[in-house]
Amino acid sequence: MTAQDKIRSFIVENFLFGDADSMIENSGSLIENEILDSTAVLELVAFVEETFSVQVADTDIVPANLDSVDAIASFVAAKASDAAA
Amino acid sequence: MCGIVGYRDQGMTAGNGGALLRAMTQAIAHRGPDGDGHWTADGIGLGHRRLAIVGLTDGQQPMADPEAGLVISYNGEVFNFPQLRADLEARGHRFRTRTDTEVILKLYRQYGADCVTHLNGDFAFALWDAPHRRLLLARDRMGVRPLFWARTPTGIAFASEIKALLCHEAINPTLDPFALDDIFTHWSPLAPRTIFKDINELPPGHLMIIEAGEPIIRPYWRLDFPDATDVAPEGNEDATAEAVLDLLTDATRIRMRADVPVGAYLSGGLDSSIIAALAARETSERLSTFSVAFESAEHDESGFQRQMVSALGTNHAQVLCRNSDIAEIFPQIVEMAERPIVRTAPAPMHMLAGLVRDSGYKVVLTGEGADEIFAGYDIFRENKVRRFCARDPKSERRALLFKRLYPYLPQLQRQNAAYLAAYFGVNVASLDDPLFSHRPRFRSTAAAKLFFSGDLKAELSDYDASDALAAQLPERFGRWHPLHQAQYLETRFLLPGYILSAQGDRMAMAHGVEGRFPFLDHRLVELAASIPPALKLRGLDEKYILRRATRHLLPAEIGKRIKQPYRAPDSEAFAASAAPYIEAALSDAALARTGMFNPRAVKALREKLASSGLTGFRDNTAFVGVLSAQIWADRFAVSSDLNRPQAA
Repeated sequence: MTAQDKIRSFIVENFLFGDADSMIENSGSLIENEILDSTAVLELVAFVEETFSVQVADTDIVPANLDSVDAIASFVAAKASDAAA
Repeated sequence: MCGIVGYRDQGMTAGNGGALLRAMTQAIAHRGPDGDGHWTADGIGLGHRRLAIVGLTDGQQPMADPEAGLVISYNGEVFNFPQLRADLEARGHRFRTRTDTEVILKLYRQYGADCVTHLNGDFAFALWDAPHRRLLLARDRMGVRPLFWARTPTGIAFASEIKALLCHEAINPTLDPFALDDIFTHWSPLAPRTIFKDINELPPGHLMIIEAGEPIIRPYWRLDFPDATDVAPEGNEDATAEAVLDLLTDATRIRMRADVPVGAYLSGGLDSSIIAALAARETSERLSTFSVAFESAEHDESGFQRQMVSALGTNHAQVLCRNSDIAEIFPQIVEMAERPIVRTAPAPMHMLAGLVRDSGYKVVLTGEGADEIFAGYDIFRENKVRRFCARDPKSERRALLFKRLYPYLPQLQRQNAAYLAAYFGVNVASLDDPLFSHRPRFRSTAAAKLFFSGDLKAELSDYDASDALAAQLPERFGRWHPLHQAQYLETRFLLPGYILSAQGDRMAMAHGVEGRFPFLDHRLVELAASIPPALKLRGLDEKYILRRATRHLLPAEIGKRIKQPYRAPDSEAFAASAAPYIEAALSDAALARTGMFNPRAVKALREKLASSGLTGFRDNTAFVGVLSAQIWADRFAVSSDLNRPQAA
């Protein structure tokens, strides 16, 4: 399962109540499509930290890192690479 | 205030019409516990349930003017009726009663259908003009009193509430899926549509004339604003404040006219406090005030209520609304509202009206309407901040202003500027969008459509409730100041569609209580519309001119209070409830029966509520919306194309 798949699956189950038909493409904005609201971001951060074993700093919590499946996957990859360096 | 019913139907005789009228008035008996009346002739019938407030002994309805061949069934109050009566008497009219009902009859004799333009009040009436074979239906300007109608095979039927129309054998309760989409976008069906297919609302400020041929429906009053280019920067502040106070004082004074005592709601907020303060000055007796307190501290305003009670020296009564109360009475709320709702806020209003009635009162003044006409709602401030941000979307500071708008939403206080900008749609908003001010609210409400079933989504196809609303905007809308555009959207749509109906008339009338709204006196509405935006929303200070005009009436702490919107606990009210109706409404079988929602998603929503609670706007909207829609479909035995067995 790719990072994108894991992220998609988490979003469908937790923010779309299992309705995979309502899931958007990986590059789509989670906020503009009303999938993520202000109460859900921290749930997403917890998922990212636990699933990908990365540490998310407060300054990392910005839409550029977390507002699409692709953005989250890139963010996770960069974090993992930083940790390995 | 009362309830009216009737029909204009060539298929009805005086004989079978009487039975129908009795069934229809019985269906809305709660609106008028003080008596009923029926009148029929060939092809026409009028019925009435009476809540006696003016002319206790001589106000029976339907009321006739035999000399002119007129009969009226009337719900409401005309507050300027003494002046109208004096004017009509000067013109030679003679009166048999002391009622405002008879004033309308004479006014019609004098002015015909245009008589409504003379009325200052809240009304819905049906007037039969036998010589001209004409039925006139009319509704007040702001939509305080309800009026619905539907076609029958040989005519039309009308009533204050839809449940009375459903007594007619030819009018069936069927889901209008587009109205459900409207409710899950802007909280109410877009008039004239209702949630019942083919049952229509007569829009506020409209007349309906039924003679030979097709009924004619036309507006007699419109909410209007000056062109943005004609708006003075600030005008004369002192003179404006004085004019506001004078008119509000008069609007309150004439709304205390009644042959029964008049009380007042007191929420602890600015608007009801102003009205209570003005009312207390107008009465020689101690004013009685009523309020609701909440178990949840987040929603409770008891401290401010006590402050006002102490300042005004009123006789005060309070009812405590617990989460469990909301869960317990919710099915009654839906039945009285006659439609799905996406908030529980009508429930405490229902309890408050019950308190009023139990205290021996049937008329109350309220502060409703001030936020619309003087720009008190957060959405007006949000509109201003979003426009400010949209002018420089790259700014890292501007979006932090959103935190100032919502101090009562802790989750927003934790967000950084980038997320705030994203949530409020700063980067994707188009300043040319006529719905700019309301787009985030519509979008976040519509997110709850996630729970619609596949069949419902297919039925709706490409219907867009926001586009449908935008299509009703007047041509001149684009010339108004952005604040006035936002005020129009609130006042023209949400106010009559939800605040005054599902949360207002229907909850009060469930207990036979009449609400009166000084801020919605059309003279004040017109004055407020003409006031420069900068005097209504000064910087981010809401209702500036109203505060300025009334500051001498209130304790300083109340006068300077930051607006706390009226809210009630939503899904949390049901989290601990074991009420059997919840399972009955949300079971897989019940969801399959109505066909409106996705059973798997609803089940997951319920599990989330039970395990961790629902904190987001979308999820709360969805839970209350789905539950109420299911209850509504069950209570009204609603059919739809979604649950009809397919032909083999």
